[in-house]
Amino acid sequence: MNPFTYTEPATIDEAIATLSRYGEEAKLIAGGTGLINLMKQRLVNPGYLVGLRRLSELTKISFDRGLRIGALCTHRTLETSALVREHAPLLAEAARQVATIRIRTMATIGGAVAHADPNQDLPPALIALDARVKLRSPRGEREVPIDSFFTGYYETLIQPDEIVTELAIASAPPASGHAFLKFLPQTADDYATVGVAAMVTIDRGRIADVRVALGAAASTPLRATVVESALRGQEPTARRLAEAAALVADIVDPIADFRGSAEYKRDMAVVFVRRALAQAVTRAQAGGRGV
Amino acid sequence: MRKIQLRVNGETIAREVPDQRLLVDFLRYDLGLTGTKEGCSVGVCGACTVLLDGQPVSSCLALVAMAEGCEVTTIEGLAQGDRLHPLQQAFIEYGGFQCGICTPGQIMASKALLDANPHPTRDQIREWMMGNLCRCTGYYKIIESIQAAAEGKTGS
Repeated sequence: MNPFTYTEPATIDEAIATLSRYGEEAKLIAGGTGLINLMKQRLVNPGYLVGLRRLSELTKISFDRGLRIGALCTHRTLETSALVREHAPLLAEAARQVATIRIRTMATIGGAVAHADPNQDLPPALIALDARVKLRSPRGEREVPIDSFFTGYYETLIQPDEIVTELAIASAPPASGHAFLKFLPQTADDYATVGVAAMVTIDRGRIADVRVALGAAASTPLRATVVESALRGQEPTARRLAEAAALVADIVDPIADFRGSAEYKRDMAVVFVRRALAQAVTRAQAGGRGV
Repeated sequence: MRKIQLRVNGETIAREVPDQRLLVDFLRYDLGLTGTKEGCSVGVCGACTVLLDGQPVSSCLALVAMAEGCEVTTIEGLAQGDRLHPLQQAFIEYGGFQCGICTPGQIMASKALLDANPHPTRDQIREWMMGNLCRCTGYYKIIESIQAAAEGKTGS
């Protein structure tokens, strides 16, 4: 790693002031599992590293109509938190499938969205949950819907003087079901060959709402709106789900690597979207009100 | 450079280090605690696992600056005098290692497991230990060693 100056602000305002002073020269660090690896490869070479671990106000999880998750909550916390498991089981399930317990103990939810690695698991889960990213800068606070937050490969809407403070997730309607499927042909802690998050709400036997998002399928986490529109208002028959899932082949843009060719990953995206939809529908029907 | 203070294996340590010093390098080069090994350097293999305030972390991905004020436990901190920790004893008695390079990480990870869950099932052991790679044992003997330590079947 290239040399840098490490600072550890005691408040969010102090962290933002440091960012404002040094601009693009400064980077925030939480768990470090993403950034330190990029710095070791000298892909990112900040002059100033701003450590966030003292900002304990960002480690809270609360529920009041919706779930509010502090940016410094670790994956391990998401996986084990009673509030997250009750109100956003999709997020707990996705967190549990990330890497290993040791990495989950270090890596945070704020880091996962700011890092914007398109192969990771929390971003598609958060898209399926219609999460909002809360950001703070010297200009004040703003909330951004997560499906417009990721702008490119490892790129987001975050400005150089902004910090992710919280993820907000609205309560899911009672008759809704979720699925998070990760295709792992190599090892259990690998990046997915394709990852799929799905939320389905059933009302009077029809799909009232549906959200589908993929990881490891394009240069950003990918929301499959084409699949969603094909299903809204439809009966969730196996045939309808399969027809809708097939549409994802046109929007994924996977990279060929040792996990499979681009063509293979495209085919697997269709298979795993179909399976995720089927599982989410089954869960929605089982939890079902108005089915 | 920055001054840092932390506790390592119960002892308070104060040193001056470059800001970019990784925890694994601090332990090995600054403190001479070479029990902790560095394998992959990207947080995958688990060889560099140490406990930071009781939680397992990859010391190859942590800055020592981020451990300021914390308690770090390494493999050197487990034995009490000549008496090995039950996990160390179990890994010897049940063949939990061959070449030994992954062993400090395996034992630190399994210590974190038994601290959190003193009587894990076989599946819980497998899930917890997934992040610690071993190329010798085929893992069966590691799982057996951890079970033996949990059941107090060591020191016979």
